[in-house]
Amino acid sequence: MSAVMPELLTSTHVEKMKKKKPPKRYWEETENTDQSQRRPEEEEGKAGQNQNESTVKERPLKRKNDERLEKKDPFPGEAPIPHKQLQKFQRGEKCKVPAGARRRLKEAITSSEAMSEHAQKQAARYDLLLPEDAGFLEGDEDEDTNTISQDDIADAVDITSGSKYFSLHLSQFGPYRLDYSRTGRHLLVGGKKGHVACIDWQTKDLMCEMNVMETVNDVKWLHTEAMFAVAQKRWLYIYDSKGVELHCVKKFNDVLRMQFLPYHFLLATASATGFLQYLDVSVGKEVAAICTKMGRLDVMAQNPHNAVIHLGHPNGTISLWSPNQKEPLVKMLCHRGAVRSLTVDKTGTYMVTSGLDRKLKVYDIRAFKPLHSCFLPAGASCLSLSQRGLLSAATGDIVQVYQNILGSSPVSKPYMAHRLRGQIWGLAYCPFEDVLGIGHGEGFTSMIVPGAGEPNFDALDTNPFRSYEQRQEWEVKALLEKVQPELIGLHPEQLSKVDQASFEQRHKEQVEALGFDPLAKVKFKPKTKKKGRSSAGAIEKRKRKVAHEDQRDEIRQSVQERTEREKELKEKSNEKKLGNKSTLDRFRK
Amino acid sequence: AISSMGSRKRKKQNERSEASVQVSEFFVNAEGTGEKVNLSDLLGTVEKTSGASNKTKKQLRNLQSSKETLELPLNKQQTEKIQRGIAYEKTAAEVSCWRNIILQNQKAEQMVFPLNQESPGPKRVEQVVAGWKVQTPLEQEIFRLLHINSQPVDDPVLTPVEEQSLKAMSLEEAKIRRAELQKARALQSYYEAKAKREKKIKSKKYHKVQRKAKCKDFLKQFDEMVKTNPEGALEELKKMELSRMEERMSLKHQNSGKWAKSKAIMAKYDDSARKAMQEQLQMNKDLTQKIVVPSDDEHESNEEGLETIPDFVNDSEPVIDSVNPWMRGQLTHEEPEVSCVTTEDVQTAEEENEEEELVGEFERKRKLRQADEEDLIPTEEERKRAEDVVEVSDKEEEDDDDDDEEEEEEDVSEFNTLFRLMRSEKTLEGSNQTREGLNTPGQEDEEGLLNEGQIRVRNIEDLEVLGEFVDPQPIAEPSLPRTAAVEATSEPPYKKKREIDLKEVLTKEAKAVKVPFLPTVVDEEERDEQISIIKEAFAGDDVISDFIKDKSKLEAAGRPEVVDLTLPGWGEWGGVGLKPSRWKRKRFRIKTAPPPPRQDQKLPDVIISENRNASVASHQVSQLPFPFQNTAQFESSIRTPIGPTWNTQSVVKNMTKPKVITKMGAIIEPMCSGNQQGAITHANTNIKNNSTVYTWIPPATAKNIVFV
Repeated sequence: MSAVMPELLTSTHVEKMKKKKPPKRYWEETENTDQSQRRPEEEEGKAGQNQNESTVKERPLKRKNDERLEKKDPFPGEAPIPHKQLQKFQRGEKCKVPAGARRRLKEAITSSEAMSEHAQKQAARYDLLLPEDAGFLEGDEDEDTNTISQDDIADAVDITSGSKYFSLHLSQFGPYRLDYSRTGRHLLVGGKKGHVACIDWQTKDLMCEMNVMETVNDVKWLHTEAMFAVAQKRWLYIYDSKGVELHCVKKFNDVLRMQFLPYHFLLATASATGFLQYLDVSVGKEVAAICTKMGRLDVMAQNPHNAVIHLGHPNGTISLWSPNQKEPLVKMLCHRGAVRSLTVDKTGTYMVTSGLDRKLKVYDIRAFKPLHSCFLPAGASCLSLSQRGLLSAATGDIVQVYQNILGSSPVSKPYMAHRLRGQIWGLAYCPFEDVLGIGHGEGFTSMIVPGAGEPNFDALDTNPFRSYEQRQEWEVKALLEKVQPELIGLHPEQLSKVDQASFEQRHKEQVEALGFDPLAKVKFKPKTKKKGRSSAGAIEKRKRKVAHEDQRDEIRQSVQERTEREKELKEKSNEKKLGNKSTLDRFRK
Repeated sequence: AISSMGSRKRKKQNERSEASVQVSEFFVNAEGTGEKVNLSDLLGTVEKTSGASNKTKKQLRNLQSSKETLELPLNKQQTEKIQRGIAYEKTAAEVSCWRNIILQNQKAEQMVFPLNQESPGPKRVEQVVAGWKVQTPLEQEIFRLLHINSQPVDDPVLTPVEEQSLKAMSLEEAKIRRAELQKARALQSYYEAKAKREKKIKSKKYHKVQRKAKCKDFLKQFDEMVKTNPEGALEELKKMELSRMEERMSLKHQNSGKWAKSKAIMAKYDDSARKAMQEQLQMNKDLTQKIVVPSDDEHESNEEGLETIPDFVNDSEPVIDSVNPWMRGQLTHEEPEVSCVTTEDVQTAEEENEEEELVGEFERKRKLRQADEEDLIPTEEERKRAEDVVEVSDKEEEDDDDDDEEEEEEDVSEFNTLFRLMRSEKTLEGSNQTREGLNTPGQEDEEGLLNEGQIRVRNIEDLEVLGEFVDPQPIAEPSLPRTAAVEATSEPPYKKKREIDLKEVLTKEAKAVKVPFLPTVVDEEERDEQISIIKEAFAGDDVISDFIKDKSKLEAAGRPEVVDLTLPGWGEWGGVGLKPSRWKRKRFRIKTAPPPPRQDQKLPDVIISENRNASVASHQVSQLPFPFQNTAQFESSIRTPIGPTWNTQSVVKNMTKPKVITKMGAIIEPMCSGNQQGAITHANTNIKNNSTVYTWIPPATAKNIVFV
């Protein structure tokens, strides 16, 4: 009934509206007709909405007869959404209702289309709430931006921003690797000689500092700033933010590089022995261990778009891995020498690599095609891409930042450059900040790079200003929304496709996964009987009763067919014989 | 029910004392009871009688001469099937009025139950007060307690106890009252003692007399009561009405009891027995007589009086007159028949009298009933009458039954005719078939042979037709090897092509980048070192050739293997140094279809794994869901994500809203429109035959629909 009522209601409303119309005035005539011609549908639509509007309309008319003060909405209808914005939130192609479609199909398609359109519109509308713009650096005439020093920038900008340019002089345990937490609030630095420290870098508040008394190969934050992983000389260790050792994961040995997949809660590690391992940090289980057979793995990056791990190898190839496959998804030859570093951009479209051949290459990894390459005199030892697509490359003790490198045209000169004291060991952009962190032999330097960070953050996903409670809440939600490792693949959109594999193939996969054939016949197992009836002989007899069942069936069938055929033949011959009879034969006895 | 399930059914066996075809219930040989009355039997007498009209005689004669037999009624299964069909159509038509509502509900994005929800918010005081009822157990308990203690519920001014205390009596009054009470108690004890004494008396006559006296007393009292206490009289009247109803329901005084049956046998010979029976009937009549309330319309009562009075008079008259219906002058429409009978049985007057006595009684009863039940529906009356007159005429009963079933038969008759037609056709066909079957077998054989011939001819034709298709086949077959050859020839260039073009891939014009700072330490040694490293890296085209090798290996693995089934020495000479001929090698090599082209076919420096990602497949939709016709439609329908990560909150809420919302604790009543009481939708499940009967009322009709 509820479904019926609204229609009735609307119709009654419309009638009422028509009745309530004030008597026509001579001055109204032209205007009204205009209006009716212009937007008859809109009026109808509005009529159903509420009656308040009509009352608002009437009052001024009564008050002032001589004025044409009919108050009308200067912006009728919904607020228009710019086409560009709409385009931004377009998801896939629209589906049209095919001609001659059945009712159910029509309903399904139209409803889903309406829903997706509504969602798109709303998203485009709410895009308004992302007001921040990215910054940039602009030089004077005849001035290259790369000649502007960090000190100048720090002086020019406001104090808080200026304080983001700083360096930590840690010459004792250098060179340093570093990692920013996902919110960009916390910094983790790990010195080669065992010094590990985590800092709330904006307040310069030291959370913990320790020396693990072992070589530190890499450091990585886990899903929150409460835990981090340290790849030490032999094993993988996990500490909390106070520096208390939580786990020593002995399954993961000789780890050189690590990557954390935040939506899967997976810590991927690449070891010196050529193993790529996945650790599920939510349950503490090893998800997959893949022997890459590619030698020492010291170049690693993740594709944030599809959580595929990219590994660089000494033979100039780059391989893409998922935990579900024992062989690389893709293997591409990128350099003539060993790959020194690689990084993938946020959207998963571009990959930037550098090799021993002193080249920097930009790949489109959707098509696995090189876009352009450039020659760096010293070659890049470390690469990092910012959220907004600024590339930083470490060449010796110089950090260069390139702008628009992901475009189609190659760049000729860097956007910014900065010289440091020691050899650069680690590079990372701070999320949601215009800051590039550099770990080097003499410590850590934070460098201002205008326009590096994403100005608008999603507070439900990564909130740089989140409180302790918010972090807890986020952790629970994130765990609930955890993506299973099986869904990692080159094409994440595959999940929304219909699996069109044949039954045989699916069955084969099932057999492989289960280790046995669920559709196969079970071997006959005679029941144990009591009172001496389960003797070996009796069991044999019982077995023989059902032995070769399928074969017997076949034989039975074939025999039956043969008999039938014979019967038919016989009948035919009989008929033939009868056919020779004359009509008078029936009187013969 | 349980005892009946357990016990075995026993068949009552009739005792048989004499050898005869028919055994009457009195174990006496009754000849001719089972035989049917033939038309000819009746005809003979008709011819003799002078009273019968010529017309009827003619009709009877025609009837006799006609040889058409009546159609057999359809058998039970068929009639039931037809009836079921009709019933189904009817109900389907009635049920179809729900169709639009159902469709609408299916279409609706969300349904909220219960449907007719009360509007939230404050209500008017009158609504609340009028509709208030004791609902919760707590309230019920409270009200029960209030009632028990006789506390005022509505307007608490004074409790009854308080009122009593206010009406406190004086001493004298109290004394008088006490005396009265004492007297009443004494009287009651006397009365009780008397009743006990009287109850002990075993004489039936005494009790009879007592009862009659009481009756008279009662009547007198009643008369007085009517004048003095009309309310009490009305109550008495109600009691009488109740007794009347009881009497009408029971067969207590209708000569159907054990005693009455024994008396019926004796009535032939004993006057007193007859009288007793009559008395009983009289009792029945008296009891069942409608009590006339004077306030009711006089017209009816007058009519009743007119009809009832003569009967009453007849009863009071001497026995013979009273029982003889033929003497009353109120003959029914069965006159001619009866007259016939009378003419036949003139001789045995006495027997007839006694028989007629009974018949007359029945007749009278019927009359009374008629008078009583004038307000009933005519059909029912007829049926009742038929029941009463069962003993009088079997024929009539049949007629009546016919009347009842007429309506159904009207419906069925059409189908009957249809079926008859069909059956006749079938029989015709059957006869044809049999006739065909009787035909000479030679003919059939010939037909069969001809058929075979045709097939052969067709085969030839097919061959001819096939020839057109077959011809191109040989052309097509060589084409395969040819393409293979082409492939073979094209392979070398292909191979060349596949070698990674260094210019294209690795040494793609790399632009040198100007760096503002040069590396700090650019020692000559280091530079040499770097150069050496680079040289190491470039040592030969190791990297590239390795990669190509890898790729070609994978490609080879992906290609289907050619199965070579040549057997050396089979069909030709074999031995050391002898190879099977080329033709043979070609002939026995089995090639399977090539797999689809690799994804990396056109990317020389990329190897893409061709393995299917089975882990995702387990999460994928493997079969196209119902309304969709192709995968594109379905995929586009789920292309928009519903999570809060990608959508605004309102959209998420809208997208994930449940299809049905029910209110916790609210009773969801079946949907109805039109009926105030609501559609009664209930199911009666019969466990015995495992069937369920659903009863419900569609909108705007008051009729119940029952379907199984």
